[in-house]
Amino acid sequence: MTAALAAPSSAVLAFERDFAAHRARARVTFVIVSLALVMATLLTADFSGFFRVTQVTLADGTRAERWVILAGIPKLGDYIAKTIPEIRWSTLVSDLGEWFWRWRIWADLLVETVLIAFMATVMGLAGGFVLSFPAARNLAPARWVLWLSRRYLEIARTVPEIVFALIFVFCFGVGPMAGVLAIAVHTAGSLGKLYSEVNENIDMRPLEGVKAAGGSWFDQIRYGAVPQILPNVISYTLLRFEINVRASSIIGYVGAGGLGQELRTAVALGEHTDLSALFVIIFATVMLIDWGSEKLRHRIIGLGRTL
Amino acid sequence: MEQHILSLSGLGRSFGSTRAVDRVTLDIPPGQFVGVIGRSGAGKSTLLRLINRLIDPTEGQIRFGGADVTALKGRALRNWRRDCAMIFQQFNLVERLDVLTNVLVGRLADHGFASSMLMRFSDAERALAIRALDRLDLAPQAMQRAGTLSGGQQQRVAIARALVQNPRIMLADEPIASLDPGNATRVMEALRTINREDGITVLVNLHTIDTARAYCDRIIAMRAGRVYFDGTARQLTDDVLRDIYGSEGLPAFDPSVTSTAIRPVVTA
Repeated sequence: MTAALAAPSSAVLAFERDFAAHRARARVTFVIVSLALVMATLLTADFSGFFRVTQVTLADGTRAERWVILAGIPKLGDYIAKTIPEIRWSTLVSDLGEWFWRWRIWADLLVETVLIAFMATVMGLAGGFVLSFPAARNLAPARWVLWLSRRYLEIARTVPEIVFALIFVFCFGVGPMAGVLAIAVHTAGSLGKLYSEVNENIDMRPLEGVKAAGGSWFDQIRYGAVPQILPNVISYTLLRFEINVRASSIIGYVGAGGLGQELRTAVALGEHTDLSALFVIIFATVMLIDWGSEKLRHRIIGLGRTL
Repeated sequence: MEQHILSLSGLGRSFGSTRAVDRVTLDIPPGQFVGVIGRSGAGKSTLLRLINRLIDPTEGQIRFGGADVTALKGRALRNWRRDCAMIFQQFNLVERLDVLTNVLVGRLADHGFASSMLMRFSDAERALAIRALDRLDLAPQAMQRAGTLSGGQQQRVAIARALVQNPRIMLADEPIASLDPGNATRVMEALRTINREDGITVLVNLHTIDTARAYCDRIIAMRAGRVYFDGTARQLTDDVLRDIYGSEGLPAFDPSVTSTAIRPVVTA
């Protein structure tokens, strides 16, 4: 042992030399990448107007130059202040009643919002699941199949829901169906991508076992791949349902059903307290669904071992 | 059942510039228990995968009876894979499915799309599967998840899966390399029983010479992709073994194999 320490062999010396060189290279790379990132951040901030200066009127009536963010923050406060309703302890019930004065309509629209999200998630799950196998590098039966299904998923998830919604409202008319389709297409694109990445990380040996026993490509997927990815599929889908509830509460903005249409009316008519009421409703719903789906996800991941 | 000779002629497979299997010509009569030995990378696994058509040959031909196996496609190819069952070193079971379903995977070649996707198997198939498991003393574990079994048990599940394929040939790619000696013996005994009772040809890749000597009617040794030796256990002398495995840089060879012959290793 001591002899080895006293006289390192040539292999050890070679390693020390290579290691030092490797470390030096890594340090240079780190510095270059960090500088590039800082530059890129500053440039994009400048481009999007973060460093702009604007004129403000001070309390004594004089004009002065201020950085746009400092000048804007008070206005944000003003806007929020406008949306806060007047609620007094003595007249609590009637004040709350006044704040949520359209609660019958909002309750119906809330149910519609959640149903749109649910339906869109189910349809997106089906589409994404089917496409995730041909879109996985290790499972695709042919290169052109991989290419086609990947491009399809990319288009489906790159176009924002609101754009799909506009198109579908034009095609199928105003109403929740356009919203369901819009969110479903986007969901299929996102989930298909996520599932296909899960697919690319699976153990291929079970598939080989099925193939060697005379199983077709579909058999390999059904018996070899699906049992491996099922817990992840369920987990991602529930997560997506939460995201879709948020999406479906906006989509009504263009007439595709749900609470969004009320948001639009409130903004257009300057009904500031309605906005805050709607915000409270959406926030409470999303929180509830987050909580519920997280519970469910953990149960399923626990159960997953027997699936 | 008709008895056919499995015959390979000039069979080869290259990966880039390396010839993993190099012009192998062999005739394997029905019912033989054949061991394939050789160093890692000698082409043993590739040979078995070529026979099962998990990989395609770059040259040569495989024939079984009147059929040209190398030309099979689609349904016929799947039927061929069913007829020559394969067992793997890492078992290749679906760990998240139960043992019974894993065995029933051996029936998939005869299934249509719908029944396969729905995992619907007939009562007759289930009976076949549970009998195969019982033969390997695994009937009590039929409803367990395959991943919860020990390595030796998993390999026996894989053999049960191969059995329900009603194969004519059973290929085993280092079936005992990940098992302890007790389990290894049980697996080898199971293969021997299948070979003798069912008359199924067995072709098994092995790392341990003693196992090959104990179980195989015929031993084929491969070196650099070619068949270097083909004969009985008795003909497999220590001189032959030294050539197969090479002794360069090895301070000690397996004593039971090398007790007499290998010259002292000279190191630079």
